[in-house]
Amino acid sequence: MATELDVEYVSKLARLNLSPQETKLFQKQLADVLKYAEKLSEVDVTHVEASAHAVPIFNVFRKDEPGKCFTAEEALANAPQKANQLFIVTKVVE
Amino acid sequence: MSEKNLPALTLADLQTRLRKKEVSPREVIESLRTRIQAVEPKIDAYLSIDFDAALKEAEGVDVSLPLGGVPVAVKDIINVKGQPCTCGSKILGDYRSPYDATVIQRLRAAGAVPLGKTNMDEFAMGSSTENSSFKVTKNPWDLSRVPGGSSGGSAAAVAADAAFVALGTDTGGSIRQPASLSGVVGVKPSYGRVSRFGVTAFASSLDQVGPLAKNVRDATMIMKVIAGHDARDSTSLPNPVPDYAQNLGKDLKGIRLGIPKEFRIEGLDPQVKSAVNTAIKQLESLGAQIVDVNLPHTDHGIAVYYFIATAEASANLARFDGVRYGYRAKDPKDLLDHYGRTRGDGFGAEVKRRIILGTYVLSSGYYDAYYVRAQKVRELIRQDYVKAFEKVDVIVSPTSPVPAFKVGERTEDPLAMYLADIFTATGNLAGICGISVPCGLAKVNGSQLPIGLQILGKSLDEARIFQIAYAYEQSTDWHKQRPKV
Repeated sequence: MATELDVEYVSKLARLNLSPQETKLFQKQLADVLKYAEKLSEVDVTHVEASAHAVPIFNVFRKDEPGKCFTAEEALANAPQKANQLFIVTKVVE
Repeated sequence: MSEKNLPALTLADLQTRLRKKEVSPREVIESLRTRIQAVEPKIDAYLSIDFDAALKEAEGVDVSLPLGGVPVAVKDIINVKGQPCTCGSKILGDYRSPYDATVIQRLRAAGAVPLGKTNMDEFAMGSSTENSSFKVTKNPWDLSRVPGGSSGGSAAAVAADAAFVALGTDTGGSIRQPASLSGVVGVKPSYGRVSRFGVTAFASSLDQVGPLAKNVRDATMIMKVIAGHDARDSTSLPNPVPDYAQNLGKDLKGIRLGIPKEFRIEGLDPQVKSAVNTAIKQLESLGAQIVDVNLPHTDHGIAVYYFIATAEASANLARFDGVRYGYRAKDPKDLLDHYGRTRGDGFGAEVKRRIILGTYVLSSGYYDAYYVRAQKVRELIRQDYVKAFEKVDVIVSPTSPVPAFKVGERTEDPLAMYLADIFTATGNLAGICGISVPCGLAKVNGSQLPIGLQILGKSLDEARIFQIAYAYEQSTDWHKQRPKV
């Protein structure tokens, strides 16, 4: 696993602006982390199933019963911008 | 006892006094206020404290309830209705919780009073509490050192008698490691044992909520209340909650303690090694039998942990987009600019670093090589523990390879900080339970620094680790040693 991490490109995927200094610093630091993690490629995982959770529970259902939910006021309480009981968002369409 | 000394009481003793009406819940909170005001300027354990709300809640609380009138400090990643919940991040600087997490609902139903939100590494990412956007918490044993992390505020508050007990969260060691470095008891419950509803997600396949306490019995009292199935957390297990205090006081005859040879690592501090070896001999003298076990994939634990935890974090933290809550960048020119600057300005360095790593290991072309491979090695780590637990009841080790380090000592080298989780992270990967109990004091440059003994148990075998931790604790004086703040 050669380190091909391009921090600038990945930061765009992550919708996360970085300063030029941060980009440079992370490039070096994360290259170190990836180098350390190279040893994972030595492990034989041929017949191993990937484990997403340590506790295998699947298909968890509950009864579909109406319950209490937030009022519009509660849902909007932490809104960065709001008006007329609605969130104001950045323009998405031209 | 004067009101001034109340905060030094254990939870069990506090409860006795409350029930005998020797003190009122109001007096308890007032005495804690006095103590917090005295030590907080030195340790900076709390991010916010609403004494008025707590005093109001304490009025008329039923002290016969399991935790009636007991104040509980809460890590600032757990939602308490009406209180801030910053997760240690500027991006949630002005956020106020519109609801209670399930653990808070349960504590309140048991008569406990949430009091104070404790400092933490931003979004629980760190091992020193230095990654908080707001302040650096100091270790009550030596104010030039870190309390551990990420639940460092909770650990420091309990250590300094600025809280009777506190809640933390543990994703790779974030309860046990600060408990170890600050000289208190910390419990990471089995995956699925405690609901995470209302707890801001970091790495959903690893996160658990648990107590930090002055001693083992106090920790069982909190666990009894917060554990159990919750329909609002689909990973929550339906198994009944046992009485965690049932085994306290039982001897250790016939208990098999596993010592993994892979935990004999380079970089283990000699004083930590010596204290843990002494503790193992002590457990042996109490009747336990020592058995060598193998955990052959231990060496890969940190790499696996940092791929899985960052991958999950990169997805979980996508919700911080400045739309419905939290910080929003001013005057964005378009949506990409809105997202990019909101997150770039709102998150701190460690969180950004982990989002980048997590996004990378999930990205097209690298997903199989990094993320899927990490999940497979995770399965091997889990199987290591399953096999070891066929031979032994619990596994013992140091909690942290080193005692508390200096503020600023490791911030430049993220990899060195990540290696602080070497003994704890595989427990999260395997979903098992663990506890850290004080087992010694290292002497470093004139300071005395706590050392922690970790006891790992099978999934849902919390009662067993409490039994062993309690037997050890009661046969030593370490838990009675308190820092002078």
